[in-house]
Order: sequence, then structure tokens, then C-alpha cells
Amino acid sequence: MPNSEANLEQLEVDFQARIDAEERIEPKDWMPEKYRKTVLRQMSQHAHSEVIGMQPEGNWITRAPSLHRKIVLLAKVQDEAGHGLYLYSAAETLGATREELVQLMHEGKAKYSSIFNYPTLTWADIGAIGWLVDGAAIVNQVALQRTSYGPYSRSMIRICKEESFHQRQGYEIMLKLANGSPEQKAMAQDALNRFWEPSLMMFGPTDADSPNSAQSMKWKIKRKSNDELRQAFVDQTIKQIEVLGLEMPSKDIKWNEERGHYDFGELNWDEFFAVIKGNGPCNRQRLAHHKKAHDEGAWVREAARAYEAKKKARAEKAA
Amino acid sequence: MTETNTPIVDYTIRLADDSLTLGHRLSEWCSNGPFLEEDIALINVSLDYVGRARMLYAYAAETENQGRSEDDICYLRDTREYRNLLINELPKGDFAFTIVRQFFVDTFNLLFYTELLNSKDSTLAAIAGKSIKETKYHLRRSKDWMVRLGDGTEESHNRCQAAIDELWDYVTEMFDMDELETGLAAQGVAVDRTALREQWQQIVKEVTDEATLTLPDHDIAIRGGRTGIHTEHLGYLLAELQYVQRAYPGNTW
Repeated sequence: MPNSEANLEQLEVDFQARIDAEERIEPKDWMPEKYRKTVLRQMSQHAHSEVIGMQPEGNWITRAPSLHRKIVLLAKVQDEAGHGLYLYSAAETLGATREELVQLMHEGKAKYSSIFNYPTLTWADIGAIGWLVDGAAIVNQVALQRTSYGPYSRSMIRICKEESFHQRQGYEIMLKLANGSPEQKAMAQDALNRFWEPSLMMFGPTDADSPNSAQSMKWKIKRKSNDELRQAFVDQTIKQIEVLGLEMPSKDIKWNEERGHYDFGELNWDEFFAVIKGNGPCNRQRLAHHKKAHDEGAWVREAARAYEAKKKARAEKAA
Repeated sequence: MTETNTPIVDYTIRLADDSLTLGHRLSEWCSNGPFLEEDIALINVSLDYVGRARMLYAYAAETENQGRSEDDICYLRDTREYRNLLINELPKGDFAFTIVRQFFVDTFNLLFYTELLNSKDSTLAAIAGKSIKETKYHLRRSKDWMVRLGDGTEESHNRCQAAIDELWDYVTEMFDMDELETGLAAQGVAVDRTALREQWQQIVKEVTDEATLTLPDHDIAIRGGRTGIHTEHLGYLLAELQYVQRAYPGNTW
């Protein structure tokens, strides 16, 4: 049908013009199917990451070493759950329910950030996650505040405000450890060493190996490339490592005068892809945990629905 | 194990231990709730309890003035020195158990902190003021859930009833007075717990009736928390809570 094809082409041209003019795309606006799918995939992945991320951090809530730390960590994890909620709601504007998205994750068809497949083994890991993982997330999310899909952009603006508090709490934990006893300092160094590469990998594969990136940049779903974001994070973090007085986590880290940036060597991408495929230390555990909580909660959700139905029936009868 | 502090310090530590152990149990729900909104709500309530415990420990530390910090009191006492009521330390159980316990304790706390507001100890009265606001919200939640679960499905009803039957054994201890609290109550500092029982029973009865649930009529009363005779569960709770402080003594975090 040449007519509708021509129509579609025009719609796509108009859509791109709106993007180029920095207009936000709203739920009821026309959008290419692939745009919808890409944004939905990204938002769902982001929502799942917030929720799965509650596990490695929750792992230390009951063992946090002081009342102050316990309270701050509880508040932080509560925020992450809240971020998950906004993002699921934002994703619902594209026609997928939270139930459906969670189902896809349980089936292994939707992903979450690979960083959460690493275990939190010591208290310092909570510091490292706040500092590095939330730090990397902020760099990414600050760029996403200008992402082209309106509901996603607005949830990022809201989330960024809270994330900076999260990063500060992580850095503060590290600062205390780095200036503490030799054992504490060793704990901090070990956490930095283990979380360094995985947090750099949070930005995704190198631009050369990121096949979907070009289209996402053109649609302004992504505003900066993976490598640009990674470099910005490395540059800001190395100064913080110096302030902490810890050793650099890689011997390849050095200032590159010519580029005006820090070099940080080649990352182990084989490991990255292996972990994504399910070979991380905690992949199975994270999903099983989420499924178990979901399954164990089924009777509660059912009871709430049954009660609402009874209440409605009684009200109708009374009316 | 011997109480060497002034009565006000001991009393404050009791209240702190109550809040801390229950806050700890609630925090175990993180990432385990039946849906995301409940995770958030349970963490929120947990935060209120742990926050209250912290205020109370800080006040105890300041008042005893022996160089112990709030964390020393919380992290460096063992099972026999903990003074919380047993109901607070029981494992979190299923969602019904958690809700029924919250409902029993929230109802108690509303009555208790309303009385503590009149305490001649101004710090305790101020903490009570903050606690009442939180507790009103907690109770609204736990009451709503009692009705929803009790009058929901057969399964939710049965789970709720089982939780009531189990928790009932630990209710009486909430209303026990001993020499320490009787003495402080006479001075207008502590609350007379025995005076709260009737009203508690009345509120609980109203809600359980609406929820189509039944209150047991047996009078088993398990007690011991205030003298450090706990359930076996507390040792594990403390082992987890205190792990870092015990494994790396003398550090600050």
C-alpha cells in the first residue's frame, strides 16, 4: 500500500524533526515502533536494576556496623525501591504493565545491570557500591535527564536528586575506612579493586561494539556515547581515589596529557559478556531471590484483590 | 547482667531494645516484600523504629555518662543483657505474622507513647511526641492489612489466624510492670502498662471482629525479656547485628 508507506515515511521524518528540535516525546504522540521498543527496553532494564540492586545492599542492612550507617543504608535502599516504582510507572506509559515486565525478567528475557551479579562480601562493598556504582549511574543518568522520551526524562530528573545523596553516603563510608585501622583500609582497597572494572563496564560495551548505539543517539534516547560517559566517570573518580589515599585499582591508570584525560587500560570484556550471559557469581541467586519473594507474596496480592472485590460488592448491594 | 545504671537509663534502654529488635526484624523484609510498594512501606516503618532506638540509646548514653556511645550500648551487649520484650525479637515469619505483630505492637505503642507524652522526663516526652506521629501511620497500615488479610481469601484468613494464635502468648508481657517501672511510674516518669491492657484489648477486638478473626481465650503468657531470659532467636539476631563490631573491635565506622 504505497499510500500508507508514504504516510509512514512522513511520520518518521516529522518525528525526527521533533527530536532534532529537542522536543520531548510524550506517551500519546506517534512514535516509530522501534523507538517505543528501545525506550521500553531501556526503562524496564533500568527499573529492574533498581529493584535487583536492593539485594546486594540489603545483604548488609542487618549487619551495618553502626546505628547511623544502618539508618542511612535503609533510607538509601528505600529510595532505590522508589526509583524502581517511578521507572515501572514510566514504562507503563508505553503499554507494558509491571507484571509483564517482571515476568520477562523472570524468564531471562529482560536484563538488569550486570554489576548486581557481583557479591557484597564486606562492609566496604557497601561503600564501593554507593561511591562507584551509584557514581557511574549518576554520570549516566545526568545525561539521561535530557533523553527524548518525556516520562523517562522526568523520572531521571527526580532520581538524580536522590542519587547524589547515595553517592555521598558511599564515599563517606570509604573515607572512614580509608582513614581507619589497617584492616579497614585493606577492606576499602579490596572493595575498590573488585568493583572498579565492573563499574566501568556499567556504561556498556565500547562504542565500536555497541551496535544499537547509533540509532539511539540519533533518536536522542542516549545523549552521550558509552565511551564518553565512561571517560567522564574515570576522570572524576581517579581524583577521589587520590583523596582517599588508596592505591589505584589498575596499573594502567595514568594521566594522558595529549587527550586531557586519564587512560585506564583495556577492560576485560570477555568477563563482561560472560557475566551478562549468566556466569556472574550471583546471577542465579538474584533472580531466584526475586522470584521467591514474588511467589511467596502471591497469596498477599490475591487477598488484597479478593478483599477489594468483596468491599465493592458490599457497597453495590448497599446502594 | 546486673543493672548498675540509674533507673531512667535502664528504662530508656528497655524501650530502645524494643524498638531496635522490631526495627531489625522489619528490615529483614527488604527485597522480600509481596510487592514493591510493600517493600518501601516496610522499610519505612523499620526506619522509624531504628531511628527511635537510636534516639533512645543516645539519650541513655548521655544520661549514664560513662563513656559508652549509643553504638556501644547497642552493639556490645549480649543476649542476657538485652532487655526487649520477647514479642519484638520473634523471627519475621510470613507476611501475616509480620502484620499481626505490627498490629498488636502498634496498638500498644499508640497507647503507651500517648501516656509517655506526660512523662516528667522531658526527653522521653519529646521522643514520645515524635513516636506518636509515626505510630498513627503505622497503625493505620497494620489495621488496614489486618482487615484485608482476615477478610480476604481463605488462605490469608488462616495465615492471619495462625499468627494471632502464636503471637497471643507474647501479648501479656507488654503489660507487665516490675519494680523498676513501678518506681519510675510513681515518680511520673514511666508509663503504667497495666492500665493500658483494657483499652488495648478493646481496639484489638474491634479490628479482629471486622477482620472476621478470633482472639484466643487461653491465658498462656511467655515472659522473660526484661530479665534477659530471651527466646533462642535473639542470639542469632544479635550475632548478625553485631558482627562487624565484634569482628573488628575498637574501630569506628
